[in-house]
Formats: sequence, structure tokens, C-alpha cells
Amino acid sequence: MNEITPAAEHHYDGPGALPVADVPHKARLTDTDPQAARRAERQVTFMFILAILLFIAFIVAYIAVDKNTVVYIPVFGEVGASTMLLGLTLGLGAFLIGAAAIQWAKKLMPDVEVVQERHEMASPESADHEALDAYTRGKTESGFAQYKMIRRTLIGAMALFPIPLVVILRDLWVTPPGSPGPATILSHTLWRKGSRIVVDGTYQPLKASDLPVGGMISAVPADLPAVEDATGNLDARGKAAIVVVRMAPNEIVSQQGTNWDYQGILAFSKICTHAGCPISLYEQRTHHLLCPCHQSTFDLADGGAVVFGPAARPMPQLPIGVDAEGYLVAQADFAVPIGPSFWERG
Amino acid sequence: MKFLAVRRRSPIVGVALLLLALIGIGAGYAAVVSARPAEAAAVNGLQNQVQQGKELYLAGCSSCHGLQAQGTSQGPSLIGVGAAAVDFQVGTGRMPLAAPGAQAMRRTPQYTQDQIDQMAAYIASLAPGPQIPTAQDLSYQGADTAEGGVLFRTNCSQCHQAAGQGGALTYGKYAPSLMQANARQIYEAMLTGPQSMPVFSNGTLNTKDKQAIIKYITAMQQSSNPGGLSLGRLGPVAEGLFLWTAVFAALILVAIWIGIKAR
Repeated sequence: MNEITPAAEHHYDGPGALPVADVPHKARLTDTDPQAARRAERQVTFMFILAILLFIAFIVAYIAVDKNTVVYIPVFGEVGASTMLLGLTLGLGAFLIGAAAIQWAKKLMPDVEVVQERHEMASPESADHEALDAYTRGKTESGFAQYKMIRRTLIGAMALFPIPLVVILRDLWVTPPGSPGPATILSHTLWRKGSRIVVDGTYQPLKASDLPVGGMISAVPADLPAVEDATGNLDARGKAAIVVVRMAPNEIVSQQGTNWDYQGILAFSKICTHAGCPISLYEQRTHHLLCPCHQSTFDLADGGAVVFGPAARPMPQLPIGVDAEGYLVAQADFAVPIGPSFWERG
Repeated sequence: MKFLAVRRRSPIVGVALLLLALIGIGAGYAAVVSARPAEAAAVNGLQNQVQQGKELYLAGCSSCHGLQAQGTSQGPSLIGVGAAAVDFQVGTGRMPLAAPGAQAMRRTPQYTQDQIDQMAAYIASLAPGPQIPTAQDLSYQGADTAEGGVLFRTNCSQCHQAAGQGGALTYGKYAPSLMQANARQIYEAMLTGPQSMPVFSNGTLNTKDKQAIIKYITAMQQSSNPGGLSLGRLGPVAEGLFLWTAVFAALILVAIWIGIKAR
């Protein structure tokens, strides 16, 4: 079994005879024509020499070409000269070594068909016995059947082993002692009655007249920068980010609460209720807010209802109004937790 | 002075004074009269521009937007969209519409800038709307690229992609790539909210903020690709697709070559 025999010496005519044994050997051009063999030799040598030159070129390019040089190459456009040269020389050089080796093997190395028979699929009977013996010996020597207490406690220990790994998942969110639990923290944002709505990035407060019909802007509560400075993290931003849009009041079909808009200006959470991606793909003509992650689509003219995609809850709406100076403010915090669902959420 | 005092009663003085007065009146009248035609020409020019714009509008746009720009079932009303909207839509070749569909595509403009200005003047004459940004509005060179980046990533990147390459919206609509857009077009797009894009008025993003965004987009347009082929700057998805198609095809060809029996 498994030994390799040249096909020429292999004579087998029984059932399942290999067709290769019947194919007459055909000599290659390089076997019959010495000139062709020399040509193949030259080809292989040439490829190896080219590889040598490319590796030298790589070293030269690495030392000589400044890494900030930019060159224009058609199709590729403006590219870094150094990256381009290093990639081309090293890649082409490595490819040529492989190509030369294959050409060498195909044209010059001995060309003999060989037959190698498959070994049997089933393992030999002796191996089966060996395995069974080992199992039986282990069973009797360890006394697994004999020591009942040991067996049961072992099973108990193994069953409990994964439980601690599950329990520690609960503390992925570490809250300082005395602070409210994760469910409470997730359910409340920075928004509260009278929080001014400011443009995200410039932190300019907004008046109703600043936002035209068809307009949209990403916004945050005015006290967010101070909170971020104090906490040093983005938790508050992750919950309080909103998009403010304006549509003609008669285009609003429904809202999550009575008079939660201000003259057609509506504020919705920016955090998708499916997987928590921040979304501001707002199509002003259809009033659809589209999530780029999984294509959940919310109709902001219809109370943020889900019109497409995997999101299960409407986009939470923030009730807004104006303060004494005419700036847009929140009437209250979100009525429902923002973002994706979580265990303790009702 | 003595010289003048002695001769002030000379008969020639009267004639000289009369002549001086006549010249003064003549010059004054000429100045007033010559100023008036200039003003009149400006008013006439604007009226001409509006009139010519109306003629272009009636010929090229009214079949969809209506004879009074009131809008039809084929196209929206243009009353109050302002000169900036006309300059953007016609100046980027999106209007006149090449074919009905989910979205108008950027094309070579079909009108000259003079004609676009005339149509813009006509539409602006119907109702007040956003004006074409001035050269001062568009002087973005001193703006803060980093601030523009913050505003772009907050408000623009989710449709136009972080590198401004554009992306898909719903039902065949898409946010176009920003690589062809110039400062004026970017400014006008923010101001007017073409097609699905929301309006970013000067109340929400002021001129300085808009200039910063333009500076950021310009920086992306001008940046080279140090790593080689950009593949649309879409990141791992485009790169993975390239590997699984182009590179795998090349590897399969090599495998076929290895397998071919030498002759």
C-alpha cells in the first residue's frame, strides 16, 4: 500500500483499472529537442535573474525614494511612489521565483506518470481493538464506575464551571457603588425641561427661525460640553444626540405626544433603536430617517414609526418648545429609553 | 488780492462770471444726466435678464415646472426656491432632467453661465429665496479644516460617506460623490437642499461653518492615495471585493497554468 510505482511498470487489468495506465506516455518537446530544453533552461534562469534584480531594486527604492513622494499613474491616479515601487518589486520578484520553479518543474524535471493507490477508508481491525482496550482499561483503572461520589461531584463541578463566566457578563457595565443601576442610567439622558438645543460641533443655540422647512441639523443639549469635560467620556453624548428637522405642520401625520413639535420643528433621538448606530440620513422629501448600518427606516412625519428594516421600536421623540428668549428647548427628557432594547426595558 | 480788487468792476468780469456760471450749470446737468442712464441701464439690464430668463424658462423648464413655475405633477413648484437652487441644479447639469427616475444625475451643464444667471434672475423675481453665494461667502481658504471635519462627520458623512464618496439612500436614490463639486456648488447645495438633501440654512450652519465644511471637502478632493489604488475610498468592503474577484481570478489563472501538462 501507498508505494509509488512508475506507470510503465504498473500492469493491472482487473476491475477499476486506472485509465492513466492505458494512456501512452507522450514525450515533451524538451525531452526530445535539446534546443527546446536549452530554451527552457534560459527562461528559468532569466526569471531568477529578474527576481534578483527586482529585489535589488526594492532595496534601492526603499533607501532612495522619499515616502512622501506622490506620482501620477493612469488609472491609479495620485499614488505614493514609495509604496507603489516597494509593492511592485517585492511582489513581482516573489511571483517570478514561483513562476520559474513551476516552469523548471514542468519543462525540465523528469516527466513520468506515477500511480499512487488510495489507502482503504476503514481503519484496520487491530486499531479498533486498540482503542476499545484503551477505553476499557481507563474505565476500570480510574474507577469511574466504582467511585459514585467522585463521579457525581465531577459532573456537578463541570456543570457549574461555565456559570461564573455568564455571571461576570453582568458587570461589563461597572457602576460606582450607590449609583442607580444600568437600566436607570440607560433610561435617562441629559435632556430635561428647559435644556437648550444647540448645534452639534459649534454649540450654537437655535431659534425656530434658524431652521427652514426641509432643514435638518444634528444637535445636543447645551450643557453637554461641560458634562463631557467633567466625566471624560462620551456616554452622555451617546444618549443625548438628536436630529432636529422641520417640515410644514400639515405634513405631520402623527407624533408621540400632543404638541411635541414647535411650528413643524421635530426632534428625534439620533440613536437607532435596532443596534444603536447614530443616524442622520434624512430624506427631506419623504421625511424618512434611514440607518446606514442595517437599513432600518423611520418616518419622522408619522411619530418616528418604523417603515422598513429590523428596528422593532419607533425612534423616540423629544418634546420641544421655546424659552422666553425664543431659543428651542426640550420640554422634558425622552419619554422612553433611547437606543437598542435591553433586558430590563419594559 | 489788490490786483483783483482793482479790476473787479471791469466790464470783462461780468462776462467771465457769466461764462463760469454757465459752465458750472452745464457740467452739473451733464453729471446728473449721465448718471441717470447708468441707473436706468442697470434696471433695464435686470429686467432684460429676467425677461430673457423667462423665455429660457418657458422653452426649457415649463413643461414640467408649469408656465408660472407653479409646479405640475411632473415637477415641483419653483416659487421661492431662489437663485441659488437654479444655479446649483442647472449649473451641475442635473436640470434639465435627462430622464425621469429616482434621482437627477450630475451631467455636463446644458446652458451657459449667462443663461443660468438669466433663469436664476427670473426665478428669484417670482419670490424671495436663497441668493447665489457671493465671492466673500466662498472665500474658504482661511477656514478651519478640522472644524469642517467635525461638522461634516456629524451632519454629512452618513449620506455622503466620511471621505465624500457618496452612498445609497432608499428606493434607488443616492447621495452623490462630492469629488466633482466646487465650493460654490457645495455652498448652494447646503443652502437649498436639492432633491433628498435637507437644508442647512445659515441659521443652523453659518457662513463660517459652511466655509469650514468646504475646506474639508476640498482637502479630501486634493489628497492623494499614498497606498495605491483608492478603490473609491470605501474601505474594507471595496478592498475585500477586489481581493475576492480580481485577485482570485488572477490566482485561478495561475493555478490553471500550473495544471496544464507541458508539451
